[in-house]
Amino acid sequence: MMQDLVVYLVFIAYAVAVLLLFGTVLTWVERKQAAIMADRIGANRAYLRIPFTGIKLIWWGLFHGLADGLKMMLKEDFSPNAYDRFAYALAPWAVFTPVLLAFAVIPFGGLLVPGKLLSALPALSAWFGERAYPMQIARIDAGLLVVFAFGGLTIIGAMLAGWSSSNKFSLLGALRAGSQMISYELIMGATVIGLILIYGTVDLTAMVRAQSGVVLGVLPAWGVVLQPFAATLFLTAAIAENKRIPFDLPEAESELIAGFYTEYSAMKMGLFMFAEFIEIAIVAALFTTLFLGGYNLPFMTDEGFVLPGNHVAPLAHGVVVAIQLVTFLAKVLLMSSFQILIRWTLPRFRWDQLLTFAWKFMFPLAMVNLVVTVLVVWALHA
Amino acid sequence: MKPYPRKQYWNEPTMSWWERAYLPEIMRGLFITGGVFLRNMGRWVTLRKGALTTYYPEETRADYAEGNRGKHVLTQRPDGRPQCIACNLCATVCPAKVIEIEAAFDPDDVAHPKYPVRFEIDYSRCIFCGLCVEACPEDAIRMVKEVPNLPTADRWSLWLTREELLTWSPRSDVAKPYPPKADPLTKEPA
Repeated sequence: MMQDLVVYLVFIAYAVAVLLLFGTVLTWVERKQAAIMADRIGANRAYLRIPFTGIKLIWWGLFHGLADGLKMMLKEDFSPNAYDRFAYALAPWAVFTPVLLAFAVIPFGGLLVPGKLLSALPALSAWFGERAYPMQIARIDAGLLVVFAFGGLTIIGAMLAGWSSSNKFSLLGALRAGSQMISYELIMGATVIGLILIYGTVDLTAMVRAQSGVVLGVLPAWGVVLQPFAATLFLTAAIAENKRIPFDLPEAESELIAGFYTEYSAMKMGLFMFAEFIEIAIVAALFTTLFLGGYNLPFMTDEGFVLPGNHVAPLAHGVVVAIQLVTFLAKVLLMSSFQILIRWTLPRFRWDQLLTFAWKFMFPLAMVNLVVTVLVVWALHA
Repeated sequence: MKPYPRKQYWNEPTMSWWERAYLPEIMRGLFITGGVFLRNMGRWVTLRKGALTTYYPEETRADYAEGNRGKHVLTQRPDGRPQCIACNLCATVCPAKVIEIEAAFDPDDVAHPKYPVRFEIDYSRCIFCGLCVEACPEDAIRMVKEVPNLPTADRWSLWLTREELLTWSPRSDVAKPYPPKADPLTKEPA
């Protein structure tokens, strides 16, 4: 019992640390990547000076995130006169908390056996015994549904923010956010049904395990190989769900100032921004888990590598755990970077185009994809 | 309700079915920007420069045009004193009124007894029109290609003083050969 508590506290600390780190580092990645894509140098003026020396740590502008955070903390927390005090204060948290919670069901590593891992410390190893834990905070059978449930909660935050600010721009932004997020949530759901049919489960850990095999002899059985079309649609819908360019209509600054967070300042506004950047990482983690084989390298299982042709290369437990943790983080970082690439490549949609795109283009495609998947799965099982 | 009739323009954009399919064109755009990113990133990680811009105050652009005139200089006599005779013509003609000259008398220099002890230009207001250069009867003020080190936190350090303007010491000058040739009449060095 105590062992479980210790292990899960470590997992929770790791997950929260990873998310906050991604939230901070992605602001830097966004700035630098945009600059490099545009032949610029990018933010590089913030530095830390080691006290009593002239040594400035610039580190390619990595401390700009720190400066941003400090600025958000120290700014005047201005709030408008006519507003719903409770809902106004609640809204940033209603956006921020579900984003953090969604990570609880995403597996960031395979099966962890602390007794095996700590074999150098016999007392500790014996205390843990033969217990094994999948590396994930909450092992829930309905993992994917939980992710969608928390994703749906962020709509409430955006709507609350827009409604409680008593500002027309905020309200318009909130209405846009609501309709856009509901439309694209539907498409996200429709695209993953194909995966659920193939894997026969909504448990994310089981989905990752199913992806460590091979298809057609050589290709890794990743979701992106089995459902390439669904992967594209899912990523598009997920970016729309995150309200980033090219789908940032709810906060379109040329039309709505800042959309539903026009009336927010200081750290309340910072929470919205932070939530947006963490959601990039969440979307990347979800995409990795569903379509990119999760925490595993190609042809890798919890025991080691199983190459095509049944060549087995077993690995020590510690090595497997380390590879899985690093692989997951690397995949999430790559996918986040890809989302930032999209954000700095495409221009913003018009509002009617956005909804037309969702209902008349993506939704039929998702349905076609689903029908084809159903037919193929049925044919294979029959 | 009847929808508002959309106006038809003579240059309506036309798209082929390939462009209408949307995804290929998006992919093409991503390949372009991704290609630029990878190219520049490749330059940065191989310790070359992957940007067209510069770290401005530390580094100035190498490709200033030959005709760029960004900074004033005061020409010098061979002994290093300014050529300027403090006649105030440049200060008078200056449309932005940025030149301030304080004249002084030097009895030892018989040929040019009047000289500037202070010669200052306010770069926060200078419009770089070059009229001061045209007005000067002594070829004492010129403009050069470089720009002064302007980035600063306060407006008072945007004044360039006589000492800074006199730092220009060319090895060769079309108008005045360095070292100066001997005067053909007096046979003395000019």
